[in-house]
Amino acid sequence: MITIVLRGIFCKLHIVCCIKQVPDTTQVKIDPQTNTLIRTGVESICNPYDIVAVEAAVKLAEKNGGKVTVITMGPPQADSALRDCLAVGANEAILLSDRAFAGADTLATSYTLSQAVKKISATEQVDIVICGKQAIDGDTAQVGPGLATRLGFEQITYISEVISASKDKIRVKREVDGGSEIIETKYPVLMTVELELGLPRYASLPELVRSVRQEVKVWGAVDIGANIEQLGLKGSPTSVKEIFAPKTRTGGAVIDAQGNGVNQFLDTFFQKEPEVVKEIWGGGA
Amino acid sequence: MNETFDVAIVGAGPAGISAAITLANAGIKTVVVERGEYPGAKNMSGGVLYGHDLGQILPDFTKIPGFPIERNIIESRIWYLSKEAGISVGYRDSIFAGERKQNVFTVGRAKFDRWYADQARKKGALIVPATVVLDLIRENGRVTGVQTGRADGDIHAKVVLIADGVNSRLAVTAGFRPDVKPEHVALAVKEVIELAPEIIDQRFGVSDGNGVTTEILGAVAGGMDGVGVLYTNKASISLALGANLADFSKTKLKPYDLIETFKKHPMVAPLIAGGKSLEYTAHWLPEGGYDTMPKLYGDGYLIAGDSAMLFNAPHREGSNLAMLSGKMAADTIIEAMKTGDFSAKSLSAYNTKLSESKILQDMKKYRGFGGFLYDHKEIFETMPEIVQFGGRELLTVNAESKKTKQDKIIKKLRKDMGIPRFVRLMWSGFRAVK
Repeated sequence: MITIVLRGIFCKLHIVCCIKQVPDTTQVKIDPQTNTLIRTGVESICNPYDIVAVEAAVKLAEKNGGKVTVITMGPPQADSALRDCLAVGANEAILLSDRAFAGADTLATSYTLSQAVKKISATEQVDIVICGKQAIDGDTAQVGPGLATRLGFEQITYISEVISASKDKIRVKREVDGGSEIIETKYPVLMTVELELGLPRYASLPELVRSVRQEVKVWGAVDIGANIEQLGLKGSPTSVKEIFAPKTRTGGAVIDAQGNGVNQFLDTFFQKEPEVVKEIWGGGA
Repeated sequence: MNETFDVAIVGAGPAGISAAITLANAGIKTVVVERGEYPGAKNMSGGVLYGHDLGQILPDFTKIPGFPIERNIIESRIWYLSKEAGISVGYRDSIFAGERKQNVFTVGRAKFDRWYADQARKKGALIVPATVVLDLIRENGRVTGVQTGRADGDIHAKVVLIADGVNSRLAVTAGFRPDVKPEHVALAVKEVIELAPEIIDQRFGVSDGNGVTTEILGAVAGGMDGVGVLYTNKASISLALGANLADFSKTKLKPYDLIETFKKHPMVAPLIAGGKSLEYTAHWLPEGGYDTMPKLYGDGYLIAGDSAMLFNAPHREGSNLAMLSGKMAADTIIEAMKTGDFSAKSLSAYNTKLSESKILQDMKKYRGFGGFLYDHKEIFETMPEIVQFGGRELLTVNAESKKTKQDKIIKKLRKDMGIPRFVRLMWSGFRAVK
């Protein structure tokens, strides 16, 4: 009750951003045994959609007063992606790192993140959670919505613009097929964002120095009070049958429409594809 | 920014980090500004490092977790190649696998520099990545900090160590160093070729994390003043080729063509067969030698490593000289901190330290070496052909007597080069390294 009153007076938003560290290259290798990505030896970066989420959160906090906490689930190296977010202006960073988290699919990931957000909310109530719309390595776009469901938050996906925000509600524009929608909702809300929201700022030197120096908290399974059965590989019903690189397409042919090019093309095409000829001319041709 | 530092170091390479570790050990407030995304991101070397010299900065380096050694080197080979053939000389010694282990070892810059920078960070140095230093800040003629490309990006410090590498724009902009002349640098390209550790063990006759280095001379760079190297890493082979930049611009040869030809050489091809190309990098090497070194200190600043043109080509020493010079610069700063005097006079102690060490003594010894190679292109073209002719004559068994073969070789030498020129070449060569 007291917190609600205080919040009413100071109008401070608490925004949590969930980010993911992804390989900084399309040349990732695949472990032939487990069909999972081999991430060692590949430079990692903060998922581009997620850093946009952080920038959006920082802007909201700057405008309305408030605080941005960034969390990620990953190996100890994910520390560097969190520091990138601190440099952009996030106030606090928490790394969820535990062997029990390894091998998580989107279900287990959203569970782990939801436990962390609940823990954060227990001391400082969370108003908004912002995620990138998807990660560039998996492209599933499932963790954000999964997290909203688990937290019981309103959810708005594919946000391209924050129109206005106040102490208890937010109005945003989201992209849908063939247009856009404007939605207003009360907190708590989970939003996933598009790149259109705006690229992250180039940190000033003092901000960058702060990001290098600041302590990143590390929480394990016990810290977030997680049920071990729902974590990592154990808590992941998804099994990847096969991962493969799509075939590279060969370049198209240019047909000379002025000369005899079209006829020549069709001749060779029909020779190569007798089935098509049959279909056009019937079985007898 | 408001915060001030005792020392600002430009560049998180071997020189800058060695200085940072030494300074942080002494409790001196140090910031290192690196333009790469992380220390090592923009660095390249052949990959050989020396335990003794690293030990001057980190005495127990082998015991530090994560020490990123590739292979401990137990054999050094030298090849002299013609286009289709080659001579190989090697020296292998069990002492380098035993009591003198880690005398020479290979590392990958990206991994090593990151680890090395972590040691500086752990000791309290502040390392700021992804930030470019644009200029030095000067007050009353003395250097008092650096200006970076970020907002609120001025860093004030009592002394600045310039360690931003061979193409030190900072030292050039500041007028502390002339712009690099093409004939004073080599352009080196390096390809890392992935192979299974067992295959490398087999091909080089090594085991237990040991490896072999090969320095390659002769006709490896299309007749240019150039050398090649082939070093073994844990699960890859580094193949590098460098040649004088002025020669590149004269001959219009393409580095990538040269390295492709190099990979097909009969001495090289079987060692890398079946390997997969992992990465391709390029960098300058400061080959100008002693006579191209700038003044290494002044009011409020010192210069170390490649920025100072410290490089010993015949002994493939560069990174280690950078490390040692970085340490000496740091030691000089530590002494100057006691008096608070960072004038050129006070910092000249750095020059004394370098002169008394192997760094400047070796630089002086080989001061004529770069010029000797550059001026004697026959080493890279005519001589390898004569050697190949001789090798083929001597080792082909046919009806000719050995005396006939010998005469043919001498006749070839006379015709292609002339005996006096050959003797002069040997003599200049000797003088260049004596």
